[in-house]
Amino acid sequence: MDKSSYSDYVKKKAKKSPIARDCIFAFIIGGAICTLGHSLRQLYTYLTGDEEITSSLVCTTLIFLSVLLTGLGIYDKIASKAGAGTIVPITGFANAVSSAAIDNKSEGYVLGVGAKMFIIAGPVIVFGMLSGAIYGVIYYITSLFA
Amino acid sequence: MDTFLSYIYAFLVGGIICVIAQILIDKTKLSPARILVIYVCAGVLLTGIGIYQPLVDFAGGGATTPLTGFGYSIAKGVRKAVDEKGLLGALTGGLTATSAGIAAAIIFGFIASLIFSSKPKR
Repeated sequence: MDKSSYSDYVKKKAKKSPIARDCIFAFIIGGAICTLGHSLRQLYTYLTGDEEITSSLVCTTLIFLSVLLTGLGIYDKIASKAGAGTIVPITGFANAVSSAAIDNKSEGYVLGVGAKMFIIAGPVIVFGMLSGAIYGVIYYITSLFA
Repeated sequence: MDTFLSYIYAFLVGGIICVIAQILIDKTKLSPARILVIYVCAGVLLTGIGIYQPLVDFAGGGATTPLTGFGYSIAKGVRKAVDEKGLLGALTGGLTATSAGIAAAIIFGFIASLIFSSKPKR
């Protein structure tokens, strides 16, 4: 076995198990957060019967829980294991906002908390709105001909 | 029984959406912030071409809780607003539909910064 094929071999061996483990954690924790979201959805649908209010309330509740757990330092502990399982749900969005807000408090409330809060969440809103607006224009044009 | 099954579907679909992101993080050099941006845009796109709505009907919270669901809300809000207000809706719909979530993140995040201080990272 020469040097390059050995390094390929090492790479393969070294990378394989973390990905499988990461994926299992991401699946279980991500799935669990989504199941929590689903139960809240069922609950609020039962209580309000209105789809829009329900989805806003579910979102707000999950964000509240996420910010609370972030502040207590629990969310980051789960995230170190769960990776994408804690990043992709809406709770990850809230975690990004609140942890940036807490971490940059030392720089002051305006330029620290206020500005740095959006360091990760900002791009999400920017590109979400951008793609939404593009979709809206396309939808408007197609509806003219429908 | 149907309600019970819907929880299983929510778990499976939500889990799979997270695993796809995990594979993207591990296999490519994409940072989490980029993954989130891709997920939101993918949510808008998939809703626009009519794939995401059936997934929401099938998996409920499993499809709406991940950030693709945020994109789904944006696209749905935009479509509703365009139906009501015409082209102006393309601008107003997205933020209207997601306003509660964004405002909640800002306000709870700010309150958290008042109460908590940062913990040393390991």
